[in-house]
Amino acid sequence: MDINDLRGLSTAFLLVAFIGLCIWAYSKNRSKAFDEAAQLPFADDEMNERTRQEESRNG
Amino acid sequence: MSELNHALEHPTYNYKVVRQFAIMTVVWGIVGMLVGVLIAAQLAWPALNTELQYLHFGRLRPLHTNAVIFAFGGSALFATSYYIVQRTCQARLISDKLAAFTFWGWQLVIVSAAITLPLGLTTSKEYAELEWPIDILIAVVWVSYALVFFGTIMKRKTPHIYVANWFLGAFIIAVAVLHIINSMAIPVSMTKSYSAYAGTVDAMVQWWYGHNAVGFFLTAGFLGMMYYFVPKQAGRPVYSYRLSIVHFWALVAVYIWAGPHHLHYTALPDWAQSLGMVMSIILLAPSWGGMINGMMTLSGAWDKLRTDPILRFLVVSLSFYGMSTFEGPMMSIRTVNALSHYTDWTIGHVHSGALGWVAMISIGAIYHLIPILFGKERMYSISLINAHFWMSTIGTVLYIASMWVNGIMQGLMWRAYNQDGTLTYTFVESVAASYPGYVVRVIGGAIFFSGMLLMAYNIFMTTRKDVQPQPAPAAVGAV
Repeated sequence: MDINDLRGLSTAFLLVAFIGLCIWAYSKNRSKAFDEAAQLPFADDEMNERTRQEESRNG
Repeated sequence: MSELNHALEHPTYNYKVVRQFAIMTVVWGIVGMLVGVLIAAQLAWPALNTELQYLHFGRLRPLHTNAVIFAFGGSALFATSYYIVQRTCQARLISDKLAAFTFWGWQLVIVSAAITLPLGLTTSKEYAELEWPIDILIAVVWVSYALVFFGTIMKRKTPHIYVANWFLGAFIIAVAVLHIINSMAIPVSMTKSYSAYAGTVDAMVQWWYGHNAVGFFLTAGFLGMMYYFVPKQAGRPVYSYRLSIVHFWALVAVYIWAGPHHLHYTALPDWAQSLGMVMSIILLAPSWGGMINGMMTLSGAWDKLRTDPILRFLVVSLSFYGMSTFEGPMMSIRTVNALSHYTDWTIGHVHSGALGWVAMISIGAIYHLIPILFGKERMYSISLINAHFWMSTIGTVLYIASMWVNGIMQGLMWRAYNQDGTLTYTFVESVAASYPGYVVRVIGGAIFFSGMLLMAYNIFMTTRKDVQPQPAPAAVGAV
């Protein structure tokens, strides 16, 4: 066992981590949560409107 | 007491600090780009380097880079990150006071840089020139920034942390680590310090910092901007949220290794050079994944590009991002680097990223923000935004095309040799041959800079209480 084994293992680890990440991200049971998250930029109009009204009241 | 209850039951956002940073983005953009045009002119016409030492190229160049990266780009990142984190977490910033401290602290850093750099006070580390007292101030402001940002994420009302916040969070953490490690120094007086590192290690730490300033400050942060403002301006969610997650982890895992490509053919060990080169080439994949994700968000809504110059700013910035993240990996290949390194090609590459990607996406985001922050329906003049868009695009193209021509010409002239082994050209002959390219660069830069003045006027008119927006011309942009 020398430093080159460690280098080889770290490459293998990164490959496995990457494939695991892809499987996780594209798995069926994450689908609903990701669809919800993708809608977040459009979900807060109320608070934005309230802020703007408050600011226009306070001048 | 009832007011307090009202605030708790009906929370609002802190738009004040976003407004402050948004305005300073434009101010520092104008200052930084003006200095850029001046030093570009000094390269074309060296007589502009007068007797006055404070306005000499060597003093002004770090002022330009610090002003555009940290003052202009930094203010844009502060403004948009505070805005995005609030709106996607549906929570007010965790502390208005700490947020205000980051604003005034960051402005103080910028003013200190604008004073010390022309005086010639510098650590001589590229993009980390500021001396140690300013470095400590940066670290304090940055840690406060992290507290505000992550504190706001912790009090979020939403079950998910939106992907833009992942990119912005990674940018904040990485920049803190990079800045603190690279700025380690032994002070010998208030204005002078020596790096804690020496020789090759110093070079490697510096370019580990330097390239990740590009990777995290100028890329991850602005990708966070992209993942919010492109969907918002296009009115549809991001093309693939799953791709954005793979994009995030791949990008942050790979960027951190790319620094050694700045040190090809130096005393840095060969294996480290090869590592930097290979990781830089791999980077093409996550970079283009992100670019495609942003662009495809418009699929089914491409027609909006005809009428909306703000969306055009955002989408064209992604094209420049794709272009420069193809060019970068190519230039990191050692044999290509043998031609390109130390030439103007590098400067062209940086500006295709800085003008085309960073500046244009920031400009698009600011145009999106200003009406919201100042309680207006839309920007004062849509046709001025359209004019600004074309000035930015033409200015960037002139800049990078002239530097490609100059860079490849310089590289070829420097390596040309005669049959007896002597060099064909003296160095100064390559300088003389670069003159036309330098002039074209001044013209391109001046056009880009003038666009910023249009922006300032447009924003000034938008923020005035008694001025109504000009009627939106339906035909604008339908070119």
